[in-house]
Amino acid sequence: MHIPDGYLGPETCGVFYAVMLPIWVRASKIVKKTLKAKQVPILAIGAAFNFVIMMFNVPIPGGTTGHAVGGTLVAILLGPWAASIATTIALLVQALLFGDGGITTFGANCFNMAFVLPFVGYYIYKAISRNAPIGSNKRVIAAGIGSYVGINIAAAFAGLELGIQPLLHKTATGQALYCPYGLNVALPAMLGGHLLAFGWVEVIATALVIKYLQKRSPELLEEGRKN
Amino acid sequence: MKITTKLWIVIVILIVLSPLGLIIPEYFKAGGAWGEWGADEMQKLVGYIPKGLEELSSIWKAPMPDYAFKGWEEKGLLHLSFAYIISAIVGIGIIVLVIMGVRKSVLKRGD
Repeated sequence: MHIPDGYLGPETCGVFYAVMLPIWVRASKIVKKTLKAKQVPILAIGAAFNFVIMMFNVPIPGGTTGHAVGGTLVAILLGPWAASIATTIALLVQALLFGDGGITTFGANCFNMAFVLPFVGYYIYKAISRNAPIGSNKRVIAAGIGSYVGINIAAAFAGLELGIQPLLHKTATGQALYCPYGLNVALPAMLGGHLLAFGWVEVIATALVIKYLQKRSPELLEEGRKN
Repeated sequence: MKITTKLWIVIVILIVLSPLGLIIPEYFKAGGAWGEWGADEMQKLVGYIPKGLEELSSIWKAPMPDYAFKGWEEKGLLHLSFAYIISAIVGIGIIVLVIMGVRKSVLKRGD
């Protein structure tokens, strides 16, 4: 889902930077106000988890590869705004150091993976788990469903952003200037892989960690519930 | 053991296992991610390189492209796995430094 430089036209890139700017500002303010000093190591672990889980490329045999993001999990532990910061930092290091995701497309990539994903995942988790006890299976299931829907909505946005490029930019001879695939190709391609394969990795990773924390550190989940 | 220590151990295990993210796709003959092709792959896919894509795609030269060392593209999976682990360590190291760096500016005093 890391859109490289050159796949989105300047207008699209600009729009998503403009959308992300107030989100980053608000996220920093909220994190500054609500994150306790003892939660900072969890934020670092969360961003590290985002980073390393994205390195686990999962294949569709003979097809493409993709990966989990882990944003919903971080949102459950620290709230969606802190998760947004954690994933933004992970994406920044990936783009600058490893060329994974573009610089011009950084706003769009952050919108998909550091905003849509953790917020959708988190609020679905909240809506399903409600007042369920911290150690309940309901919370594990809620986290699984939230993470699955979150990553798929994020993938759908990536597909939309890529797919509208041929509509926006074409040369006189009909060649594409940026992403050459329209919505009819980009949307099913992005969504299909995540619905079928990569989304399930996100579910398994999220559910396993929640299950582990229920046993080993329920106070961490308790802390997360207050967000 | 503190829970943060345990979670860091989980991260270290994931770093060590990360080359599976290279090896397993290779084993199943899967290509790269959809929509993340280089300019030459694009040429093969659609028969031309979109002009804007060609211009923008080289806007940034990452120091460790594709989680490998420069010039290691043709090396075997063992070398690439080593580079992958180093990349994970470097990436996570920088992430931790950034977060510990901003913690001072982000957190209120005496918190």
